[in-house]
Amino acid sequence: MYRIAVAGNPNSGKTSLFNNLTGEFQHVGNYPGVTVEFFEGFAYFRDLKFKLIDLPGTYSLTTYSQEEVVARDYIINEKPDAIINVIDAGNFERNLYFTIQLLELNLPVVIALNMTDIAEKKGSFINALRLSSILGVRVIPTVAKKGIGMEDLKEACFETIHKHIRPKPLSYPHELENALHKLESVVAVSSEFTGHYPPRWLALKLLEDDEHILKRLDDVESRNTVAGILHDVKKHILAHSGEDSQTAVVEARYGIASGIFRAVVKLKQISGKMFTDHIDAVVCSRYLGPLILLAIVYGLFAFVFKISDELKWIPLFNGDWVSPVGLFEHFFEYMGFLAKEHIGNKLLHSLISDAFIAGVGGVMCFVPLIFFMFLFIAVLEDTGYIARVAFILDRVMRVFGLQGKSILALIISGGLGGGGCAVPGIMAARTLREEKDRLVTMLVVPLMNCGAKFPVYAVLIAAFFSHSRGLMMFILWLLSWIFALVAGFTLRKWVIKGEQTPFVMELPIYHIPTLKGVLIHTWYRTWLYIKKAGTVILGVSVILWAMMYFPRIDSSNFETARSGALRELEQKLVNTKYTSLLPLTEKKLSEMQEEFSSFPAYLEYEKKISAVKIDEAREQLLNSFAGRLGSVFAPVSKLAGFDWRDNIALIGGFAAKEVVIGTLGTAYSLGSDDEGQRSLSARLAADKNWSPLRAFALMVFVMVYAPCFVAVLTIKRESGSWKWALFSTLYSTTAAFIIAVLIYQLGGLFF
Amino acid sequence: MKTNDICEKTLADMEEGDKARIVKVGGVGAIKRRLLDMGIGRGEVLKVERYAPLKDPIQINIKGYSLALRVSEGRLIRVEEIS
Repeated sequence: MYRIAVAGNPNSGKTSLFNNLTGEFQHVGNYPGVTVEFFEGFAYFRDLKFKLIDLPGTYSLTTYSQEEVVARDYIINEKPDAIINVIDAGNFERNLYFTIQLLELNLPVVIALNMTDIAEKKGSFINALRLSSILGVRVIPTVAKKGIGMEDLKEACFETIHKHIRPKPLSYPHELENALHKLESVVAVSSEFTGHYPPRWLALKLLEDDEHILKRLDDVESRNTVAGILHDVKKHILAHSGEDSQTAVVEARYGIASGIFRAVVKLKQISGKMFTDHIDAVVCSRYLGPLILLAIVYGLFAFVFKISDELKWIPLFNGDWVSPVGLFEHFFEYMGFLAKEHIGNKLLHSLISDAFIAGVGGVMCFVPLIFFMFLFIAVLEDTGYIARVAFILDRVMRVFGLQGKSILALIISGGLGGGGCAVPGIMAARTLREEKDRLVTMLVVPLMNCGAKFPVYAVLIAAFFSHSRGLMMFILWLLSWIFALVAGFTLRKWVIKGEQTPFVMELPIYHIPTLKGVLIHTWYRTWLYIKKAGTVILGVSVILWAMMYFPRIDSSNFETARSGALRELEQKLVNTKYTSLLPLTEKKLSEMQEEFSSFPAYLEYEKKISAVKIDEAREQLLNSFAGRLGSVFAPVSKLAGFDWRDNIALIGGFAAKEVVIGTLGTAYSLGSDDEGQRSLSARLAADKNWSPLRAFALMVFVMVYAPCFVAVLTIKRESGSWKWALFSTLYSTTAAFIIAVLIYQLGGLFF
Repeated sequence: MKTNDICEKTLADMEEGDKARIVKVGGVGAIKRRLLDMGIGRGEVLKVERYAPLKDPIQINIKGYSLALRVSEGRLIRVEEIS
């Protein structure tokens, strides 16, 4: 089996070509220690098997970006048997600049001259044979999307490997050649330095001030000699060309590229503008551009939530229609039902239904949402529109330490104020190539009002602000943006510092995406999410469940109370038509519930039993680890107006923010005398310890504090370290507490 | 006086539709290298396609493709206008 790396510029059609060569059977390769992902797949030629590796698309092979380092390390350290270099024929000169850097490594390269059809429409015709004879490598014209040239490409790889085809050496301008010769001769002496790098390439990299190579030099005995000569030749180049040696090297490469361009490309004047120019004239225009952007972003949002959650378009066996999210919910409800029917053991039942089904099930219900979000984004990405989004919004977002593309992540997380979810939002930050911008975006995104925070707002607003619902929702929406932008600004200024990442971005020509390409990427990203739900999330669910479940209290008192109530009922049944049913058991009673429903003594019994149950649950919750934790925090949380019950709810809310309401519901129905008849809103409104101020402080706290643990795990995955996941949790919780205390204390002065 | 003016012009001073030849690329480290890698080099001719709705970034056409860069990066690129 031969290993073949696929390398090239972004937007060169590299991924299409890879997909076309390998078909559906791909998996993700993990390069140790980095989060840059790349796909692997297999292709077949005659009776041979090729393993293809899709390297990240890059413009160069420097050490300034993670992608470039990954691509180059793979090429140098893993020594693939051949490298397919995909060139966008319509963007020939700049793509050639990358090719030259590959050729400098003296490796078996095959060039796929891709998208020749579009290039010809643009009026440029490339002579592939001529190019091949100049460079000394095989050149195959391809149209990857249509599968044209794929067999030839595989054959060229085979031939290159077997005939040991290597590129012709490139010659640089005279001055540079002299410098390279001098450096090469000192570098070549030290084998510990050269290792598996060609000496000439090392010499070039030294002239380019390449950080990795300079670092290697530190450990070499002859470093002083090399450094001395390097210093001399750099000085000479500067004096001669008026530019530093790095610039001289880049200019030399582009010089070679434009020489080749002139030799192999025939240009025909094409009248009129290109398709892409026409679209850009509208899409990027001053007034219409932002409007179109808003419409598309709103469309994305509406589409994702409509099709995955609101529209019921999947038929069930029983004739009902459900949404995809509904389908998952139905499934897990059914699992819960099965668990209730078949698991007798109380502990086991609670573990299965409260931790496994509620925890993992709750997370799995997001799968359709994630799938459709990525589907839409993949389409936008593949058409080239995302680059325009960044172009239009960069100026605004930059003020806040974010950049143009961050807006997508913020919108998906709930930026439009009607549901949303931080998990796909954090994942959407992938469209940002710049590490720091991506990190800030991921940390800010959970501040948006996601769908899970809505039930909390709804209940509290209904209880305390029922006359100004719209206004309150608007205030909360506004606050979320203010917090997110201020957080972005603050993080960029004090935490994720450093010079601003350059924003030099290609605006690729528009393409119609292929179904296959879009589906492959969508599915892969969704699958990552599913895998996570089954592993880490399961673990955390179990821990949170255990915190609320253990330690168990001694329930014998409650048992006694329950059986006491039962005996009392028995007494009253003597000499009635129910005498034959005696002695009673709880099970028997629950089976005959309907028959008893109008019997006064039974109703009284039911009342007693539910009071006992509530007492028991209250005791249990208060006594659990979570309850104890809630009580421990109570003296501190009092500053923001929260008592131990709020604390438990907020701890539970770490699992998912909806849980806040569920837990508050439990905590407040416990010990009340109305048998759970009244809604939580009504109960809170009637509670004299509650005030609109406390409710408001709680809502803001819920908005800002720690992202739910699925979001935290997503941050961990996407940033590649626990450090940022932990930081995200801590900074937001601290900020939330400070803000809530300010609201409660300052507000207390006025209201 | 006039020639001096032309020499001091940067890409950020160009207007929509202007064509210019690059005289020198300034900046250091990652930013400079990135500009150079993208084909922004001495002697190259570029055309300003448009400014973004908020006057920043700039969209230019160079070597037959479209590139967006911020005004702050545009200031690093010394150009002379050509008609």
